[in-house]
Amino acid sequence: MAALWRRRRRLLGAAGLCRTARALSGKPEYDLLVIGGGSGGLACAKEAAQFGRKVAVLDYVEPSPQGTKWGLGGTCVNVGCIPKKLMHQAALLGSALKDAQHYGWNIAHPVHHNWSEMAQAVQNYVKSLNWGHRIQLQDKKVKYFNVKGSFSDPHTIRGLTKGGKETILTAEKIVIATGGRPKYPIHVAGALEYGITSDDLFWLKESPGKTLVVGASYISLECAGFLTGIGLDTTVMMRSIPLRGFDQQMASLVTEYMESYGTKFLKKCIPTKVEKLESNRLQVTWKNTDSGTEETDSFDTVMWAVGRAPDTKALNLETVGVKTNSETGKIIVDASEATSVPHIYAVGDITEGRPELTPTAIAAGKLLAQRLFGQSSELMDYDNVPTTVFTPLEYGCVGLSEEKAVQCYGSDNIEVYHAYYKPLEFTVAERDATQCYMKMVCLREREQRILGLHFIGPNAGEVIQGFALGIKCGATYPQLMKTIGIHPTCAEEITKLHITKRSGLDATVTGC
Amino acid sequence: CSRRGKKKKLIMEVMFQYSLILFAFSVQAHKEGNPQKLLEMNGHTAVPHSYDYDLIVIGGGSGGLAAAKEAAKYEKKVMVLDFVTPTPLGNSWGLGGTCVNVGCIPKKLMHQAALLGQALQDSRKFGWQFPEEVKHNWMTMTESVQNYIGSLNWGYRVALREKKVTYENAYGEFVQPHTVKATNKRGVEKLYTAERFLIATGERPRYLGIPGDKEYCISSDDLFSLPYCPGKTLVVGASYVALECAGFLAGLGLDVTVMVRSILLRGFDQDMANKIGEYMEEHGIKFIREFVPIKVEQIEEGTPGRLKVTAKSTKGNEVIEGEYNTVLLAIGRDACTRKIGLDKVGVKINEKTGKIPVNDMEQTNVPYIYAIGDILQDRLELTPVAIQAGRLLVQRLYGGATTKCDYVNVPTTVFTPLEYGACGYSEENAIQKFGEENIEVYHSHFWPLEWTVPSRDNNKCYAKIICNIRDNERVIGFHVLGPNAGEVTQGFAAAIKCGLTKEQLDSTIGIHPVCAEYTRPHNNFLCSSCYLSLTKN
Repeated sequence: MAALWRRRRRLLGAAGLCRTARALSGKPEYDLLVIGGGSGGLACAKEAAQFGRKVAVLDYVEPSPQGTKWGLGGTCVNVGCIPKKLMHQAALLGSALKDAQHYGWNIAHPVHHNWSEMAQAVQNYVKSLNWGHRIQLQDKKVKYFNVKGSFSDPHTIRGLTKGGKETILTAEKIVIATGGRPKYPIHVAGALEYGITSDDLFWLKESPGKTLVVGASYISLECAGFLTGIGLDTTVMMRSIPLRGFDQQMASLVTEYMESYGTKFLKKCIPTKVEKLESNRLQVTWKNTDSGTEETDSFDTVMWAVGRAPDTKALNLETVGVKTNSETGKIIVDASEATSVPHIYAVGDITEGRPELTPTAIAAGKLLAQRLFGQSSELMDYDNVPTTVFTPLEYGCVGLSEEKAVQCYGSDNIEVYHAYYKPLEFTVAERDATQCYMKMVCLREREQRILGLHFIGPNAGEVIQGFALGIKCGATYPQLMKTIGIHPTCAEEITKLHITKRSGLDATVTGC
Repeated sequence: CSRRGKKKKLIMEVMFQYSLILFAFSVQAHKEGNPQKLLEMNGHTAVPHSYDYDLIVIGGGSGGLAAAKEAAKYEKKVMVLDFVTPTPLGNSWGLGGTCVNVGCIPKKLMHQAALLGQALQDSRKFGWQFPEEVKHNWMTMTESVQNYIGSLNWGYRVALREKKVTYENAYGEFVQPHTVKATNKRGVEKLYTAERFLIATGERPRYLGIPGDKEYCISSDDLFSLPYCPGKTLVVGASYVALECAGFLAGLGLDVTVMVRSILLRGFDQDMANKIGEYMEEHGIKFIREFVPIKVEQIEEGTPGRLKVTAKSTKGNEVIEGEYNTVLLAIGRDACTRKIGLDKVGVKINEKTGKIPVNDMEQTNVPYIYAIGDILQDRLELTPVAIQAGRLLVQRLYGGATTKCDYVNVPTTVFTPLEYGACGYSEENAIQKFGEENIEVYHSHFWPLEWTVPSRDNNKCYAKIICNIRDNERVIGFHVLGPNAGEVTQGFAAAIKCGLTKEQLDSTIGIHPVCAEYTRPHNNFLCSSCYLSLTKN
């Protein structure tokens, strides 16, 4: 990297000269303007600044309908990955308290969980990250504006502060990275008025109490999972299938485990109205599409997790002609993240057809800055992106789902190796491992290239990460079988997969 | 047909032995009654069907059992001889070898118990409330662990039976070519012949050879089933066994001291080894460096009793004394090869180490005798390696396969309080092999997200990747210190097997937020902006 640094410094000199020339000729004020200070936007801005460019970031959080707002850093830091993983950890520690007794720790009862204390700790950490992001921008000489930006012409952004003060900013290149926000089912009476979303949950000062989570997305299941884990009465209402887009066998195992863990499920149900009772509780009415009956129950909190919508409304994209997908509202980009307007780009959750994941947004933002200012031509590779769902029993995957592989290659041409295993730590803790399962989807031809890897169990994220690298390197089934295991871990079972689904043999791992 | 006849004959002999208890005589008869055997002194040209078994495996540990079960798949007649010589304090265990009984399994479970102790502390910061006083009960843990091990022992016996592998709980030693003597607990001896043999006897802990060591000290062979809490413990040695045991004992709340002769974790990357030591020290484990015990005396009997340890400096004449409840020796392990009659059949061992040299087919200098596992010279002492070697060997012997066991880039994990996962070259070995100018080391400290809320141990987790510049920056070493290092390292090992380069590493998207993606070193409190990014040394 030393060499790289040297090269960058040289570029910095050249850029300085270039800027002086532009200032004299009345060119735009900034080389790059990024709208949206989330994972992708910040990464792109900071990377561009490394090349000595004049960069500004505009970030503004429109308060949620319940009035929740937060600092710099976007969804991941404030209302996404970070608080959710920390609350997931709180729930895991709840299981650890139970396990610990089997391992000889004498814990006197009662044991209970204090929401406020957890939320305070999580929020403090998130605030430290907000602060950290601001310092980083300062260090890198990226100008930060806490304003809501909208296009007034292709090179000009009009920024409005909370107080209504206007700032006009001009830039040669503009990156849109405004992300998405949770959707409300506005056709459901009382939804907007009484419901919350993931934008609010992590910032609640008091325990949400008995909670109904509506939706079957990963956000829904993750939130319902940790709420159950910290001891709350939690119900998930789902219209059709869980974890759409994920491997469905794995998705069923995830929800099966949650059911045994104590999360209640209302399947094939659609909410119709939410009313507030005198007791301040919320009465939810729904239709069971299976039986056709109408049912009702009361909850302390109703959380919508029915999907996310891109945040493009305020941007005034029509003025400059940036094309969006009329159905999803997302911005259409090419392989170089360019929109229909050549000097305007977009990264992250706002872009059409891209995975909505922090690390992809970061990588895309960085690579974009490198192409724009660093003479790079490297494009973002959106294939084989690993991901993990932090449900009570975690699910990590990379590559194709089994159904997708069947669809692409035909079931005769793929081989699925699978195993049910028991994590060593579950034995003494007397925990049920029925859903601890993994499968590897390979091509059936001689080389047996791996198309997808799916793992359910503790630390799934940590397990999958390295294998994702292997798959990036074109890993084949025989190569994985030549990899020696690390004993005793869960990940080692992946290197020992030998039962094919086709064989119909029992896939339960026994012994060491 | 002749084979069946042979079997019948043997059974009759056994009955004869039992009924008349004329044991020595019987052996004699057996030997003399088979002159044909003696003619086959030179082994591998053996006449088929003339042996009791196709394969006799000596040692029912990870490697031996894997090989035996694999051989049974090819419908071979297989026998496993397993016998645990009790420790000096009289402890012994069931089928399955070191890993299951006195190694990986109990140590990882006790490590887990210690991690749960940390989890209890963390949990308060995550909003869990429970009464202040939390104590650990050694017996509850040990009984649970031993119950689980008991179920594994049983599972192995059932598996052997199902696969029609004959199992004898008897000590096997060679008495003449193609022949072993099996001696059971009661001293009853039997002779068995086989076309091929596999030695998989493993290793046992070494003793110091000082006054009081065998009388008063314990080893890892005793610790996991100790019927009382060890109390204040001195761990002697700096092997991974020593550090792992010291780590979990301290994690359970015991007062632990480690006495180290020279360096920690010899053979592992020393940069990582020292970081492990630092972390352990910060977490209350005391280290006495450059001292070796010279005498152990009992002050008071009991469970635990009190022991006085006298130790001498390795540098001078300084002598120190200390009082402990338990002294755990973890100074190394010796191969169980000197009392199994190898001289009778001419199998060469390294006289100094006791280890058996084999070729790349796990074959000893005596063609019909093979060896796998911890007793091999210049091979890794790891369960999965032994299993892999055993399976592949059998597939070559009976299945027409040609795949050899690949001992390169084997990953491993040390389950110290801060776990250490490694695969490939250590930094010093890479420098030695490729030259300092030809390797590049990328590294980073990181702070696991889960540790931020309890605000503990910032800047302690660490990862480094060693690349060969001459070979497209191919990754030749991977080292990580952090929670779940084993789970993290496994996939990276698979990637290294697939020829991972630094460029490919850079272009792989991280999973957020997990430890396997790395934080940037200079703003390491910002776990949120992390991505697989490591900077150069």
